[in-house]
Order: sequence, then C-alpha cells, then structure tokens
Amino acid sequence: MLDFPRWKLIMIGLATFFGLLLASPNFFDEDTQAVMEQQAFLPHKTVSLGLDLQGGVFLLINVEVDEIEKGKLENLSASVRDELRKLRSEYNVIFQRIRIDAPSKSVLFDVRDDTNIDRVERAMDGLTELTSAGGSGLATYREQEWSRDDLAFRLTLTETGLNLAKRQAVVQTMEVIRRRIDPEGTREITVQGRGDDQIMLEVPGADDPTALRSLVETTARLTFHDVDTSVTNEDFQQGRPRAGFEYLPLQDGGMISIQKRIIVSGEYLTSAKAGFSQENGQPIVNFRFNGTGAKRFGEHTAKNVNRPFAIRLDDIVISAPNIQSPILGGAGYITAGSPEEANELGTLLSAGSLPVSLNVEMQGTVDPSLGAASVQAGTMAAAIGMMAVIAYMVISYGWFGVAANVALIVNLFLILGLLSVFNATLTLPGIAGIVLTIGMAVDANVLVFERIKEEHRAGRGAIQSVDTGYSQAFSTIMDANITTFIAAAILYMLGSGPVQGFAVTLAVGILTSLFSAVMLTRLILAAWLKRSRPAKLPI
Amino acid sequence: MLNFLPRDTKINFLGGRKIAMTVSALMVIGSIALFFTRGLNYGIDFKGGIEIHMQQEEVIDLESIRAIVGGLNLGDYSVRQYGVETEAMIRVEAQDGGADAVDAAIELIQGQVKEAVPDVVYLQSNFISPAVSEQLKSDGLLSVSLAVFAVLLYIWIRFEWQFGLGAVIALVHDVVLTIGFFSVTQLVFNLPIIAALLTIVGYSLNDTVVVYDRVRENIRRYMKKEVIDVLNLSLNQTLSRTVMTSVTTLLALLSLFIFGGEVIQGFTAAMIWGVVIGTYSSVFIASPVLLALNLEPDTMLAADKAEDSAARFRD
Repeated sequence: MLDFPRWKLIMIGLATFFGLLLASPNFFDEDTQAVMEQQAFLPHKTVSLGLDLQGGVFLLINVEVDEIEKGKLENLSASVRDELRKLRSEYNVIFQRIRIDAPSKSVLFDVRDDTNIDRVERAMDGLTELTSAGGSGLATYREQEWSRDDLAFRLTLTETGLNLAKRQAVVQTMEVIRRRIDPEGTREITVQGRGDDQIMLEVPGADDPTALRSLVETTARLTFHDVDTSVTNEDFQQGRPRAGFEYLPLQDGGMISIQKRIIVSGEYLTSAKAGFSQENGQPIVNFRFNGTGAKRFGEHTAKNVNRPFAIRLDDIVISAPNIQSPILGGAGYITAGSPEEANELGTLLSAGSLPVSLNVEMQGTVDPSLGAASVQAGTMAAAIGMMAVIAYMVISYGWFGVAANVALIVNLFLILGLLSVFNATLTLPGIAGIVLTIGMAVDANVLVFERIKEEHRAGRGAIQSVDTGYSQAFSTIMDANITTFIAAAILYMLGSGPVQGFAVTLAVGILTSLFSAVMLTRLILAAWLKRSRPAKLPI
Repeated sequence: MLNFLPRDTKINFLGGRKIAMTVSALMVIGSIALFFTRGLNYGIDFKGGIEIHMQQEEVIDLESIRAIVGGLNLGDYSVRQYGVETEAMIRVEAQDGGADAVDAAIELIQGQVKEAVPDVVYLQSNFISPAVSEQLKSDGLLSVSLAVFAVLLYIWIRFEWQFGLGAVIALVHDVVLTIGFFSVTQLVFNLPIIAALLTIVGYSLNDTVVVYDRVRENIRRYMKKEVIDVLNLSLNQTLSRTVMTSVTTLLALLSLFIFGGEVIQGFTAAMIWGVVIGTYSSVFIASPVLLALNLEPDTMLAADKAEDSAARFRD
C-alpha cells in the first residue's frame, strides 16, 4: 500500500492540479477574467449565479398547444370543402354537412349517393398522403387518416401529426421569445423547455415582470386585409358580419369590416424598425417585405388603387390607409402611439409571431439586494461550517484528521472546478448542497479511520492496519455514496430551478469526495507512513 | 487523540428495541394523524397564490400590514415574520382572471403597503397558478416515492431482501416523521423541503448501509453467534463512525441554519431534524427490523452471490 504506482501518482496529481486550475477563474475580478479569456491555455469558465442569487425575473409559461388541434381541424375542414367543391363542379358530386367533431379530432361529411364515390375516395387519399417528418432519418407519417361508413366520410387527425405539430409550436415559441427579449443575443437569458408544453424563462437583472410578460405574451400576428366599405353603423351594432368578413375595432376608435382572407402576413417581413415619420415626426415602425411578400402586396395595391386596406395586429386594426398608388417596393410603415410603443412593436414584429397563445403560470421577481445578501450568507455559512468540521476532525483524528482536511479543501476546489467547466448554475440551495457535502465528505474518511483504529487495536501493525482499513471500508463507502447519488439523480430529473442546482452540487460533491477522500488521503497517509514508519499509529 | 466515546462499547441496543419500536410507532401514527388533522403549512409552490417578501428599516408591525392586506378583499391571506423582525412574507390565495389579475393584485398590495410604510423594499414577489402547484406537488410526491423505490431495488440487489425491506421501513419512518415535524412546527412546506426529504432519504440510507455492511460481514464471520448478538456487536463497532459523521454533518448544517440566511432556514431545519432521525432510525429501527424479519446465517450463506458482486467494488 505504501508504494503507489507512478501512473496513479501522476493521475492524482493531475486531477488535483486541474481541479484547482479550473476553479481559479472564480476567484478573480472581471477584468482579470477578461484577460484570461483571451489566453487560450487559461481556463476562463466560471459558475454562473442562479436567479435567486443574482436577482431578476422568471416566468413559467404554458404553451396552449391544444389550440394547434383546433387550428388543424379548421384547416382540414377548409381543404375538404375545397376538394368537394371541385368535385361538385366537375362531376356533380353532391355533399352535405361538413362539420368538425372536436372530441374525436375529426372532420365529418356525407355525400348524397354513391355515384362517383370512388372519385371522392381518391380525393380523400390525396388529403391523407404521407408527409415526411423532416430532418434526416425520420420516418414518414400521415397528418390525417380517412374512413368511410356507407355515405358518411370521416377524416381523423393522427396522434403522430398532432404531437409533431405541438412540439414544433413549443420550439418555435422558444425561438420567438428568445428573439424578443434578447434581439442582439448578448444577454444571459435562459429559455428552457419543460415537459411537453411549458417553457421556463429566466431574465437576470430584470425587475418588471409586467413589462416582460407583455413582451412575451403578445401574439404579434401582423396581417393585411381588404376592407369592406359598404358596412354601415347599424350593421356594426347588429354585429353579424357576412360570411368571409369580420368586424374589428380600429385603434383610433370605431369599427371596421375586413375580409378574412389575408393579402400578406408578417411571415414575409424581412425587417421592422422603429423610427419617426419624415412628414410629421410621429413615431412609426418601418417594415420591409421579402420578394414573395412584396409581390403579393404589389399585385393587390395595383388592382385596388383608391381603396383602403387594413393593417391588422392580433385583434385590432392599427390603421386602414387609402392606396394612393401601387406599392411595389415592398416597404411601408405603421404608426405607433409613442416611441416606446414603436420600439416594442418593432421588436415584436422582427421576432415573429407566436404560433399559439401563451399563459404565464408561475412568475417570480427577486431583488438583487436579496441575491447579494444570500451569496454573502451562504459563503459565511460555508466558511464557518468548514472551519468547525476541520477543527473537529483534527481533535478526533490528529494527523489523520489533517490529511482528511487537506482532502476536504481540495474537494471544495474540485466541486467549484467541475461546476465551472459545465457552466453550472449556482443557486442558494446549491450552496447548501456544498455545505452539506462538507459535512458528508468526511464520512468516507471517518469510515476508513474508524476501521484503521479497530484493526490497530486488534493488534495489527501500523501499515497493515491502514491497508486493511482502506480495503475493508471501500465497499461500504461505495454503497453509501451510490445511495445518496441515486437520491440526487432523482432530484435532478424531477426538480426544477434552485432545487436542481442543489441536486447538481450534491451529485458533483459525491463524485469529487470519493476521489479526494479515498485516493488523496490515502496518498498523503502513504507518504507519511513511508517516511516515519511508526510502530504505533497516532489515531 | 480525544475519544468522545469509550472504546469497545458494549451497549445493548437491541435490548431497547421494544421501547424504540413502540416510541417510533406512536410517533409515526401521531405524524400521520397530524398530517390529516392539523395539516401542513404549504407554501405557494404547493398551494398556488401570491407571495411578497417585504423588508423595512424598523421592526415590522405585522398587525397593521395584516389590516392593510385584509382590507383589499383578495381572499385568504397571511402575513408572517420572515426570519428577522424587519422582514415579513405576505401570502395571498390564487386570484381568478389569470396573470393580469395577479399583477393587479401584486401592484395593489405593494402600493397600499408602501403608502403606510414608505421605506419598504420588496425583496421577492412570486405567483404560482393552482395548476402548476398541483403539478409540483405530484412531482414532489413522485420523486420521493421513486427515490424510496430505487433505493429498495439497490439494497435488494446488493444485500438480502430483509435488508432492503429493513432499509425502506427505516426510510419511510424518517420521511413520515419529517412530515410530522413540519405539521407540528407549521414551518412552510415548499419545494426545497422536498429536496431536503430526498437528501434525508440519501443520508439515512447511508447510515443504514454502513451498519448493514458490518452486520453482513459479522454474520459470515461469527456463524455460531445468535443474530441478536451479531447485530449488537455490529452496532457497537460502527457506533463511533455513526456519531462522528452525524456530528460533522450537523456542524455544517448548524452553521447553515445560523448564518445561511432566512431563505433556506426551513430547508436546513428539515435537514437537521432528518439527520437526527435518520441516525436514530438506522440504529433503533433498521437493525431490529432484520431480527423481526427472521434474518438467519443460513439464508445469508445461501445467497453468497451478493458477496461476489461486493468483491467487484474492492480494489
């Protein structure tokens, strides 16, 4: 046991050295860190502080994925109607009662008789063709399937198609949120998916949850529509628009009737920037369409000179200007109430619209002063706890205790080093996890030392006692640590935010303490025994 | 060296098993009864609602804050001191009308309190919808049950089934008593407490495993001895380790409790209680259970496969 193979020595040395090196950036101020970042051979990653230690706002957002189902059913029923109308005009197929049955996720319709029913079937085949799921190696799937019972047809959305669409909606929403809050990509925000339909958003440094929410929750769907100018005030009061039309409020007051069909939508925007009108200095948002969008808009405006068109944002019509002349360049502007409003609208429009609506289910604001106080209290507690444990170990085990303490201190650096490499987030419970690890890390050494004591008392020689102590205690140490590790792993999988931070430090602490408490103390003790060769152990 | 414990103790731990079992059974029944009658003081993590953490220069007059919040007609509310006398936590039940209603309520409370206490600082404000709190609750329950189950599986693979069952009985005992502790003290039961529960599961098991390892070793070594004597011997042999580790862990936890700030005080309180209970249970519950489950040296020898897998861990 006294002769460590050279490779083991080197490994222990290297692990300790790198642990210290990787932990080191955390101890320098920001300027030094910046210098270190420029040197490729120096480590520069540090642990980042969680929201509870830094201050900021977090939101847990529910993505209303059920809307996807509704939207898909509406689209499907529209496609069915289109197909059937074609069949009616070409082959005189008479159909009736196209309807959505939401509970069974189906669109239903009936045909009057079975002449040309094979043509209807072919059309249904066309609507239920295989689609590729996209990406490499993904199987094809059907968005919907059809079946027929005599003259009654049924098209049903498939689970595969729905789930894919829902997942896509969540991913898209996360991208939109990220672009809205961090358009330059320079802030340290976290946007993380949780479960099937939730998103966790953390914005360090923010202090106004209401402003953040309005930025996140706005759908920001921009569309351009034709205006129906024949509608009178009485019609608006009755509130029953013609089929294909919709009554909406105007931003400046009053109502307007617009055609539901969209001329062009915000998807085709290439840019949207806040600015001021050159004519009257009013705050505006300048926008520009891409090729397709510009073409569509150009065609519409060319055909409708001297007629108004409506600019709709979500459920309000921002304005309905008259078309003076064809707008062919694909550029235009929207007026805004204030420069701030113009700024927000510009950000929203460039980030894109949300595929479905969102609901904030959980919201939290932490004042930076509380975070700073927590960091201070946590560090204080760790330092005092550490000193108490160190003193207690020396009192109980003398020089053996000193060896364990060296390992304990190295362990602390190793934890910090590992957390830095993984760029892990340190939370207040995470600090608690480290303090707890200080208390529990010495356990492995206590197990070994107690065993050594026992063996020594039973009459074994010094070196042999140490040897047996280590080998006998080892499987116990493994068992004990694996069980705690299991608890930490489950906590990580099912926990969230700060609690996850605790699980991470606990798990990392278990791993590093195994190394430092078993390997490192053993090396220290071996070196000491080799030099002094005591007949009796001072334990 | 200082020896806090006399060498070679020969304490008859198992002799007191009837008393210990009775005391534990009573405490477990008491905890369950308390859970259903007095209940837990759930934080908004598990109940949904709004909480606002306020701080001011002087000692907070809780009654006047209660009067302000109560006058706003926002439903169930509570105002409690939070750690120190200059800080308080205002809790209000979940509001109908989604996040906008919540924002309005938070603004209303903060505005009204600020009028009465101009130097107030709001350190935290949180809201959790009832739907999410339900989810957090079931996640918490799931994680604790999953941990207990995973541990049962692990011990079963590494030891005999009696050990697995014994460890789990000790664990459930610890978890139930910790919940009882929260019912008695009415400390806020929130998400970090679930983390504490899981850590207690890990810690208590750690203790139990150390004792069990020694029991297994001794049963093989002293085939002729009565199981009860082997158990007593093992407990005495591991006693100084049990005490040492509990003391170091408690030292760290006490430091955290005293200096770590009020935000994690509930968590630390749970952990301190758990370490004490976990140490007690691994001595007075986990080992007697082996006796009750008729652990015999013969059954141990029959399954020496476990020994082989244990050998793989040794270097």
